[in-house]
Amino acid sequence: MASAIGQRLKRREDPRLITGSATYTDDIRLPGMLQAVFVRSPHAHARIAGVDAAAARSVPGVVAVFTHADLADHWQAPLPCAWGAYPMLKNPPHWPLAKDFARHVGEAVAVVIADGRAAAEDAAQLVRVSYEPRPAVLDLDAAVAPGSPKVHADLADNVSFTFDHKTDGVDAAFAKAAHVVRHRLRQQRLVPNAIEPRAIVADYRRADGMLTVWSSTQIPHLLKIFAAGLLGLPEPRVRVIAPEVGGGFGSKLQVYPEEIAAMAAAIRLGRPVRWTMDRREEFLATHHGREGVFDVSAAFAADGQMTGMRVDWLADMGAYNMLNGPYVPILGFLVLPGPYRNRELEAHIRGVFTNKTPTDAYRGAGRPEATYLLERLMDLAAAEMGIEPTEIRRRNLIRPDEIPFTSATGLTYDAGDFPATLDQSLKALDYVELRRQQAARREAGGKLLGIGFSTYIEACGLAPSRATAGSYYGAHLYESAVVRVQQSGAVTVITGSSPQGQGHETTLSQIVADRMGIPMEAIEVMHGDTALSPIGLGTYGSRSLVVGGMAVVQACDRVQAKMRQIAAHRLECRPEDVAFGDGRLYVQGAPAHGMAFADVAATANLGSHAGMPDGMEPGLEATAYFSPENFSYPAGTHACVVEVDPATGRVEIIRYLAIDDVGVVVNPLVAEGQVHGGVVQAIAQALFEDLPYDASGQPLGASLMEYAVPTALDVPAIESQFFVTKSPSNALGVKGIGETGTIAGTPAVVNAVVDALAHLGVRDIDMPLTPPRVWRAIRDAQGGRPA
Amino acid sequence: MKVRITVNGLATEREVAPRTLLAHYLRDELGLTGTHVGCDTSSCGACTVLLDGDAVKSCTVLAAQADGSEVTTVEGLAAAGPLSALQASFWEAHGLQCGFCTPGMLMAASQLLSRTPAPSDAEIRRGLEGNLCRCTGYENIVKAVRLAAGKGA
Repeated sequence: MASAIGQRLKRREDPRLITGSATYTDDIRLPGMLQAVFVRSPHAHARIAGVDAAAARSVPGVVAVFTHADLADHWQAPLPCAWGAYPMLKNPPHWPLAKDFARHVGEAVAVVIADGRAAAEDAAQLVRVSYEPRPAVLDLDAAVAPGSPKVHADLADNVSFTFDHKTDGVDAAFAKAAHVVRHRLRQQRLVPNAIEPRAIVADYRRADGMLTVWSSTQIPHLLKIFAAGLLGLPEPRVRVIAPEVGGGFGSKLQVYPEEIAAMAAAIRLGRPVRWTMDRREEFLATHHGREGVFDVSAAFAADGQMTGMRVDWLADMGAYNMLNGPYVPILGFLVLPGPYRNRELEAHIRGVFTNKTPTDAYRGAGRPEATYLLERLMDLAAAEMGIEPTEIRRRNLIRPDEIPFTSATGLTYDAGDFPATLDQSLKALDYVELRRQQAARREAGGKLLGIGFSTYIEACGLAPSRATAGSYYGAHLYESAVVRVQQSGAVTVITGSSPQGQGHETTLSQIVADRMGIPMEAIEVMHGDTALSPIGLGTYGSRSLVVGGMAVVQACDRVQAKMRQIAAHRLECRPEDVAFGDGRLYVQGAPAHGMAFADVAATANLGSHAGMPDGMEPGLEATAYFSPENFSYPAGTHACVVEVDPATGRVEIIRYLAIDDVGVVVNPLVAEGQVHGGVVQAIAQALFEDLPYDASGQPLGASLMEYAVPTALDVPAIESQFFVTKSPSNALGVKGIGETGTIAGTPAVVNAVVDALAHLGVRDIDMPLTPPRVWRAIRDAQGGRPA
Repeated sequence: MKVRITVNGLATEREVAPRTLLAHYLRDELGLTGTHVGCDTSSCGACTVLLDGDAVKSCTVLAAQADGSEVTTVEGLAAAGPLSALQASFWEAHGLQCGFCTPGMLMAASQLLSRTPAPSDAEIRRGLEGNLCRCTGYENIVKAVRLAAGKGA
């Protein structure tokens, strides 16, 4: 039987999704269910002097209006930050409903509960909140300048945390450098915009104190654990179910104010409470991604070898530290050295509070920021030193014979052939010909051609317990799996990973089918319910296959060991001689001598236990927890070819090629889909998306009418190719694929646009590269004349 | 007010508030939760249904406006058999990940193919411009529609 691993199989999830029969959180209807609508601050920063809800309470259908004071008895602690133990972190309290001060536009101040959404929306308009506006802190440089107004009055300043790292030789590297490149780079503010709006249904049964919650979350178990803690409930009395979840990209990796508030309201009222946000709330109250300012410099030897790098990173936390917000730049820090040989690094990172929506993980979480600055730096250096951009990369890329390689941040890169992915890219592009066309276009006038590269490495499969333990991070990021072989020989797999569209049911089934030698149809993968799995860390950080998949492998191994013993007993051979395949267990080398997988299953379940070795427990089930020993390191080369119209500044991507080494590819169809989606989110950052704020702290363009999530018309066809080196850190050889696109893609696009305009003197353009910005960059580089 | 709408071939009649949106009529009154609401500004297209054969965003159509009309939702796509050729093509080409935009995508694609049976890739992209997907990068959605066109969907 051919291995199920590597097969391009259609997804098992899809029939329910393409027929409209899947159940998302907002599809759940419970008897007596109430609707919650939140009253949100219109001010970036204001003291809340009072809340008058009398008019709102008089709206027919309104059951209650709650403020922080009304529900304060229910929450025993503020919302969590997983990095709270880090000594250099200041963690001011963040409550589900604002207490005394509102610190960003959209912060929830009160919640209206009514018997229908329309009544709740109407009443929310009538809640009169008396605000005393305070100065808003918005700009990162100004926020850390002495004398700045403060986001949190109790703190000494607006610095959430500091993180410093310096290798011994970095000063010497800069002192001896033949050339130093210096630049200031920016990351704009992005809004994740999963298409499913966040939603929760909280159902509290007073009779026995059982709280059942459905949430569009990436982390049902963590939500359960935190909810029990914050609400003072016994852990077994809280059950969280993540039903179908419509995209996450990190935005649902959170313990949100609305979730805890809805739970508290359900407990108070003894009736089910549902909240589903509208799209404007996505822009105001779902955590954002990425905003930051980076002062970077790099020392180079005359031959183009980077010998040292310095990074001063101001990371916008927004108004509060969210669950992982402050840790996002640390993930970026880890990969600052990239796939390059340079071992000297000085990094100074400050998290900065501002009166804006809090930030946290967004697809790539810190690693896109790091990769962007490094890959832009490489192109800036190439331009300044007169070295061709792919050549300067080649001179710096770690060669296979240098691996394992310990990086300047202490990571051990354990596999890969980085130059080979660059070679594959150049060949597929016909690079020499592209450069010829570029020159011809420049000669001819009209639209210009640009070619951009990003040679990247990322650290994913979050995360080795050793790495989190040493960093004060508050959790070991392992994963659990339960594998149960049932009477009929059907296999139930319960994973602690909790997908939002990644296709776990398909890929994990492929792994089990491969190991147990049974058909896909005999396997059922279940997830997203704290009553099913013992614990789960969830789906994020490209970890579900690398960590969650390996937990499944480990659980399979344990169940199969028992099945081997049963078969050996019956077949009169040694357990280690029993093999699995074609739905049978048989003696290795004598395939005819065996028994059906289902017979072993029946023997261990309802069948005659006389068929089992003496003293063996009945049942065929194992629970496993897998904790990786190392990160996994996807790497590769992304290349982008653009046409830029210098008359209008319009950019069109005419080719995008991703060469990714993500280790063993379990299902190429699913893997390519991850690349396509990630790359388009990268293109979106490079060219389209941005949520700016005005001087008073109002977000500008906080709707899908203004914030330019790309459509099918805005993006090109994406070519995805894989280059495979196996990860040695797990038995599957997999590395993770969810984030390669956003990590590698953005600088490839920006490098391409700048490359197109290099001969006009353009050196850099801040993202997003909209037509006006590109046009202005050309004009400014040309001394004020349009091209 | 009373509205009568034929949904997926079945006559329905409900007493609703005048401000009831078609999307909510389908989801809350009829329990057809396959039609999703992703924004409230007719930007994302997750709520797309066919109203007398035209693809419309049901979050910005009043149920009252659909009075006397025929509506087709994702639940009504496969008239014969478990899946329509278009649905089967989305499955085959991996034209979906989280599935939330998928019902709207299917309805928009269904209108596109009824009007342009053999669309070019550029026509497919233009035809789906009103529907946002955050997962697939559109690559496999375009493939799925091309595949369905090849099957004569």
